[in-house]
Amino acid sequence: MSILVNKDTRVVVQGLTGKEGMFHAEQMIAYGTNVVAGVTPGKGGQSVLGVPVFNTVSEAVRETGANVSLVFVPAAFAADSACEAADAGVDLVVVISEHIPVMDMIRAKAFLNARGVKMVGPNCPGIITPGECKIGIQPGYIHKPGTVGLVSRSGTLTYEVVHQLTSAGLGQSTCIGIGGDPIIGLNFVQLLELFRNDPGTEAVCLIGEIGGDAEEKAAAVVAAGYPKPVFGFVAGLTAPPGKRMGHAGAIISGSKGRAQDKLAAMEAAGITVVRALGEFGATVAKTLK
Amino acid sequence: MNVHEYQAKELMAQFGVPVPKGGLAQTTEEAVDVARGLSGDVFVVKAQIHAGGRGKGGGVKVCRNLDEVKNAAASILGMHLVTHQTGPDGKLVHKVWVEEGTDIARELYVAVVLDRGAERLAVMASPSGGMDIEKVADETPELIFFSRMEPGQPLWDFQCRQLLFGCGLDAGQVRQGTKMLQALVTMAMAKDATLVEINPLAITGEGNLIALDGKINFDDSALRRNPDIAALKDPTETDPLELTATELGLNYIRLDGNVGTMVNGAGLAMATMDVVNMAGARAANFLDVGGGANEEMIGKGFEIILTDPNVQAILINIFGGILRCDVLAGGVVAAAKKIDLKVPLVVRLEGTNVAEGRKILEESGLAFEVAASMSEAAAKVAAVLGGQK
Repeated sequence: MSILVNKDTRVVVQGLTGKEGMFHAEQMIAYGTNVVAGVTPGKGGQSVLGVPVFNTVSEAVRETGANVSLVFVPAAFAADSACEAADAGVDLVVVISEHIPVMDMIRAKAFLNARGVKMVGPNCPGIITPGECKIGIQPGYIHKPGTVGLVSRSGTLTYEVVHQLTSAGLGQSTCIGIGGDPIIGLNFVQLLELFRNDPGTEAVCLIGEIGGDAEEKAAAVVAAGYPKPVFGFVAGLTAPPGKRMGHAGAIISGSKGRAQDKLAAMEAAGITVVRALGEFGATVAKTLK
Repeated sequence: MNVHEYQAKELMAQFGVPVPKGGLAQTTEEAVDVARGLSGDVFVVKAQIHAGGRGKGGGVKVCRNLDEVKNAAASILGMHLVTHQTGPDGKLVHKVWVEEGTDIARELYVAVVLDRGAERLAVMASPSGGMDIEKVADETPELIFFSRMEPGQPLWDFQCRQLLFGCGLDAGQVRQGTKMLQALVTMAMAKDATLVEINPLAITGEGNLIALDGKINFDDSALRRNPDIAALKDPTETDPLELTATELGLNYIRLDGNVGTMVNGAGLAMATMDVVNMAGARAANFLDVGGGANEEMIGKGFEIILTDPNVQAILINIFGGILRCDVLAGGVVAAAKKIDLKVPLVVRLEGTNVAEGRKILEESGLAFEVAASMSEAAAKVAAVLGGQK
């Protein structure tokens, strides 16, 4: 079992004909993902990697039954693309693009919420249900099917943890990179709820970082009663205040968004906090076995 | 991106927010000239640096005549102004803003902020102007008034009334304040500002509202569509190494330690900085060379790290994902051979084909220390530095 995506997921790639879009779509297809359509305005009627290309997402959905969109377009057009996918009636929009202006995301998020469409990202590696479906830019082969759910605000940090889990013999149910921006789609709290009800997930890992209060809110959910073990890591324990650490959302503002406060909230909620990143996989393995 | 007070005031004035008349000066003579052109018999000379708390540090002076303006400008220009936001070395003051003194009856705080959790803009006001707003929020939260906007909707008058009557303003001042808050929101949306703060907002003896300070943060991701805002960037406010790094396309932040770090991916770079610091060494920088991390980016990374004279050792931490470890190791070796590396280098590779990758590093003939884990890498760096002492 898994959450959000599985072997029956049908993916439309917005920006399929671009360099990045084509490279990663090829990797996704090789992984076994059903990439059923591409969208590039003005290139409708073409075929790329054996996948039909349409001018609009609504046409792609109508013709191919795509139910998840992957947005691979430049930042300036990404919010518009996410709204287009939502309007076309997909269930989930996964946005990889980085550097989307915050004002655009405020409007896009309101548009998606009004239509009841979920989003993963932006500025994220995507979502993967190992062995079934990879939607994004993750290296597929570090993953292994299993029962650990993972949610992370970072890209390579996620790969690092997934690799440790896999090396420790622990497979994953679904791994979601929720993105490093101030305004994102699905968050820790929403994904904890999805994992709560997934019989295929036995434990959940939360990989956080400085900035905002997503980790504190997740801790509150766990504190109120969560049926599965939860493990947490927060990057940026020694980050200076007022500096954006690579991700647009990773910034300590005044005394808000500090890693030590997030870790304290997690610990108080009963989350197993791992401070030394290198110990993450072993810690989860010890608890679950 | 941050801007100076004078730039914030000029922009706010364009959107109809009342600000004191004033001008910018880079020399004492210019400061006196600016003051001579102003009316009234009180002037304020204000250091222009990107930091709060300038008054307490001696960077703001009220003057009663032109001689005092001259003396104030002479003492502020060229000083290393230390505030709670500058660090112990302070910031060199290149410019002062000279403005007409304001007859202040009361001081308020108003702001437009990005409410991350609620995914929208919000407006804030407090009758406790001129103070650190975080402190006000902690100690007297009942003195903070807050209202969230609805995405796609204007800032309604009633929201402003709630805030401003809450601050104890009279009906006429509430009308002025409503126009001002709506102007600030219009500006924030037009120019992609994620924080606009007026602290203090003065009520004059005559009962009028006027912005005595201005702080604006702009969304870096939106600078391309706001070239007028991008042009306000003051390069002297950024560390020269960070400027160079930006030109090289690197995500680099200079820190105060001596271990240069190079990592692929921002989250992993932060975690690496943490592990170095926790091992008892101190990171000299945060550096994300990008998730892909090819030879070219690694080469650029070396270039920027080695420009920092404080760096005494380098730690490279790379996770090989789509680009496998053997390819990445080849990149590290090629980039390291191109430079004359005089400091110890510890490399930790993990991911796919890691055995082949480590073999390439070990057989390169370069004096790498190869570490198997992040903790080991940090310990090795700390040990290397300890041995040098």
